[in-house]
Amino acid sequence: MRRHLLSAADLDTAGAIEVLDVAEQMAATQQREIKKLPTLRGRTVVNLFYEDSTRTRISFEAAAKRLSADVINFSAKGSSVSKGESLKDTALTLQAMGADAVVIRHPASGAPHRLAHAGWSTGSVVNAGDGTHEHPTQALLDAYTLRRHLVGAGGSARGADLQGRRIAIVGDVLHSRVARSNVLLLATLGAQVVLVAPPTLLPVGVEAWPVTVSYDLDATLHGGHGDLDAVMMLRVQAERMNAAFFPSTREYSRRYGLDAPRSALLPERALVMHPGPMNRGFEISADAADGPRSTIVEQVANGVAVRMAVLYLLLAGQSGGVADEPAGRATTEGNLLP
Amino acid sequence: MDQARPQGPAGRVVMEGHDVQRALTRIAHEILERNKGADRLVLMGIPTRGVALAERLGARLAEIEGVPVPQGRLDITMYRDDLRRQPTRAPAPTKLPDGGIDDQVVVLVDDVLYSGRTIRAALDALSDLGRPRAVRLAVLVDRGHRELPVRADYVGKNLPTSQSERVLVALTEVDGRDEVVITSGPAASGPTAGGRE
Repeated sequence: MRRHLLSAADLDTAGAIEVLDVAEQMAATQQREIKKLPTLRGRTVVNLFYEDSTRTRISFEAAAKRLSADVINFSAKGSSVSKGESLKDTALTLQAMGADAVVIRHPASGAPHRLAHAGWSTGSVVNAGDGTHEHPTQALLDAYTLRRHLVGAGGSARGADLQGRRIAIVGDVLHSRVARSNVLLLATLGAQVVLVAPPTLLPVGVEAWPVTVSYDLDATLHGGHGDLDAVMMLRVQAERMNAAFFPSTREYSRRYGLDAPRSALLPERALVMHPGPMNRGFEISADAADGPRSTIVEQVANGVAVRMAVLYLLLAGQSGGVADEPAGRATTEGNLLP
Repeated sequence: MDQARPQGPAGRVVMEGHDVQRALTRIAHEILERNKGADRLVLMGIPTRGVALAERLGARLAEIEGVPVPQGRLDITMYRDDLRRQPTRAPAPTKLPDGGIDDQVVVLVDDVLYSGRTIRAALDALSDLGRPRAVRLAVLVDRGHRELPVRADYVGKNLPTSQSERVLVALTEVDGRDEVVITSGPAASGPTAGGRE
């Protein structure tokens, strides 16, 4: 893996499969009585959260702690950011404290990219959601969940991609960083994506994305674009909406909400997913969210394993001292190969 | 990690197929003698080649005693002390036998014992998985140059080497043939540099 994880597009097919495979091993360690591994002892991971988050921050914190890294949590509320401190000064402060990795969530699209490439710090940067741009670890945990169920039948799917699987992503695509990252990663893994949304909630330029677009959820669920393997519902992000994108919540719910009769239209093995937080009764009804094909709670559990894998791949092998060792030494004696 | 070892420059063959077989048979008898039978015995192979060796040892033990001996595999990647010196590698699966390792006598199986760092990592990994009654170590080759206070209980062959040499173990399951070869490798830059064993 590269030094940073800023976009799902940073991963090629082999790289994405590697993250999922490592996540599988990490998930196995989380079944044990002692869940902690010593792997990242002495490393410091800073969670830099400029936006509210439950799942992602706790998930990154758990992942870093399970790998024995030290975790510093920073949230914009209650910090000097409310006194007007800039991202740059905050980054310089973190650098001075010796952060090996910064996990950043920011309301501005591109903030993680700026942090990674402005030369303010030397650590790895992980994008934990920036504005309406990307949320790559969410896409990775969704892909992990899909692969586990669709390819591994609930067990191991080591080395597999998602070739030929068909996933519908439904709802507020316009404001969704989860949708962007998922579209990129699912295409990398060979899956076909159908975006289902009202025209007002699709971004300009969506025709250039590697997806099929539909305005009609019922037609898609009926197999209008082929049998679906999973439906991913998106949260309607009212807090980012500065205009009227649909006439009323009830109309949206009627046309694009997933309820029990709609989820009954899906093929038997198809999954119902939601990245959370859910607006129950709005984009997804309670019985669809809690039904047997829902993986919503499992997605959260898988998030820890996937984030452990990302932190492991970014931090474990990286070192300032590696360059001065002759390459040949790495192959010396014994049971492990170069 | 699982690909066959490249055919390096011609080295000195120190063990051939039947030498490896005989060494394993002897180790199997030694384990049974010391353990007074196969009771509460668990074999844990360290990937890649230790797993194949553990399987063969298990088959020998079962042959001699007539009862199956539980086997597992113990990946130590995430417990290594040289992670920062190496390019990152993907961890392999760890598998415990069904009965677990609590209160069992665990025999760790590896191909080459060198610095002792792999075994240090394996002991840490093992203590996260349970509390064995005792831990023993069986290796096919002990080549010396220990950097930690570790010793093997069962050794296939003691092989005096210089640190600039390399010991390459090939096993049928992984490499298509059984063989232990010594070649003169690149000069060592320090006692611990890249100290994989």
